[in-house]
Amino acid sequence: MTATMMHPGPLLSLAAAGLSEHVRRTGQLPWQGPGGRLIGLLERAGLTGRGGAGFPTWRKLAAVAVGERPVVIGNGAEGEPASAKDRTLLTRAPHLVLDGLQLAAEAVGADDCYLYVPARIADRARQALADRAGRDRFAVTVVEAPDTFVAGEESAVIARIAGRRALPTDKVDLVVRSGLRGRPTLVQNVETLAHLAVIAHRGPAAFRRSGTEAEPGSFLATIGGAVATPGVYEAPYGIRLGGLLELAGGPATQPGRDGGKQPLSAVLVGGYHGAWLPIADAVSAPMSRAGLAPFGATPGAGVVHALPASYCGLVETARITGYLAEQSARQCGPCRNGLPMMATTLHRLAAGERDSRLPDQLARLAALVVNRGACHHPDGTVRLVRSALRVFAAEIDLHLAGRCSTVEGRR
Amino acid sequence: MKLRVDWTVCDGRGTCVELLPEVLDQDPWGYPMPKDGSRAPEVPPEAEPYARRAVAYCPRLALRLVPSGR
Repeated sequence: MTATMMHPGPLLSLAAAGLSEHVRRTGQLPWQGPGGRLIGLLERAGLTGRGGAGFPTWRKLAAVAVGERPVVIGNGAEGEPASAKDRTLLTRAPHLVLDGLQLAAEAVGADDCYLYVPARIADRARQALADRAGRDRFAVTVVEAPDTFVAGEESAVIARIAGRRALPTDKVDLVVRSGLRGRPTLVQNVETLAHLAVIAHRGPAAFRRSGTEAEPGSFLATIGGAVATPGVYEAPYGIRLGGLLELAGGPATQPGRDGGKQPLSAVLVGGYHGAWLPIADAVSAPMSRAGLAPFGATPGAGVVHALPASYCGLVETARITGYLAEQSARQCGPCRNGLPMMATTLHRLAAGERDSRLPDQLARLAALVVNRGACHHPDGTVRLVRSALRVFAAEIDLHLAGRCSTVEGRR
Repeated sequence: MKLRVDWTVCDGRGTCVELLPEVLDQDPWGYPMPKDGSRAPEVPPEAEPYARRAVAYCPRLALRLVPSGR
């Protein structure tokens, strides 16, 4: 996927790959001093986590700051295949992320600091850290994340840094209280850290100039699928999904025809753990928690994937569910057993097997796996499958009648 | 009290389902399934002794009782 980053907002307009250009744009590191002044700034800014869960950042910092010998981890694992924003940010603006890591470490009084990134960008991250000698107060250890879907899950991150495999673990206590080796641990997505740095550099009021009152700020969207210029774009929360698609050039042109735009049928929002919206709803739906709630969706980590009308939504959902089943850590029984069965059932439906019990079987399997695992992998997979059952209901009826809209559309 | 299952440890032996039929069903693969559909089901006070026994007898030590507030 190309990362074009057109129309940079408050975050990407400060992006600089090298340290000297970064310093020229942002100035010295705005140390806030002890006592949690930064936490107050973050509360006023209303910054929330950009890794998917959307939790208020200041609350996490405040919880970690009261513990003994805290640990801070910048999480850039980005196991979601449809997302490219974290590695784009780490490549184009590494020093914004590293400024954020330093400032978060200062705010909580961290003892140890880690940056957790895919192996292919680890050397670049180490070089950026080496360049910062003299700027940083906290030594940062780079730990390589494996290329698996669940590697970026909070407890998997901690397991990997502790020297074990990057698999989710049972959470008896919150990691902000008991994380790496039992110490209070802040695991923060790298984009969140970059916003944190910009808030420290520019102040909370500047941050609130984009986004909505309830969900302030901008976010990085990875816009893919049948759009003209797929890539990573910065946009304010509350932007309509139609507006996001326009940032990426709108629908891609028809293959083999001159100039005509491909009609779209649906948009997947929030990534592989996200939800489908029919195109008619998607165009005007605001990209915010409040705006997407009626569709059972959330902005997640900012993934928006456009499905062309020439491509069957059931086939695409079956493909994604098959991938998610493969990516199960296979630790928890309901996930290990249920996800492959959901994928198989979807594949049968997608392939045109005329068994009218298949949709009910899918709904039953979804109810069996939801809420039953150490992490949210089963829950996220269920969100996707349930949204497909709703949004592609007419397509399911067609398939059960031995037809498919995409084949008929081509006739 | 609430009953928590460590799903990474549970392998569906079914002891807890036998001891706590008012709280747990068994899914098609043998794993405990909270009847209320929650992540960690509430244990009614009268069933607490059985819940404690389920925690103690789980061959995988996958269960624990935690205060309802958590």
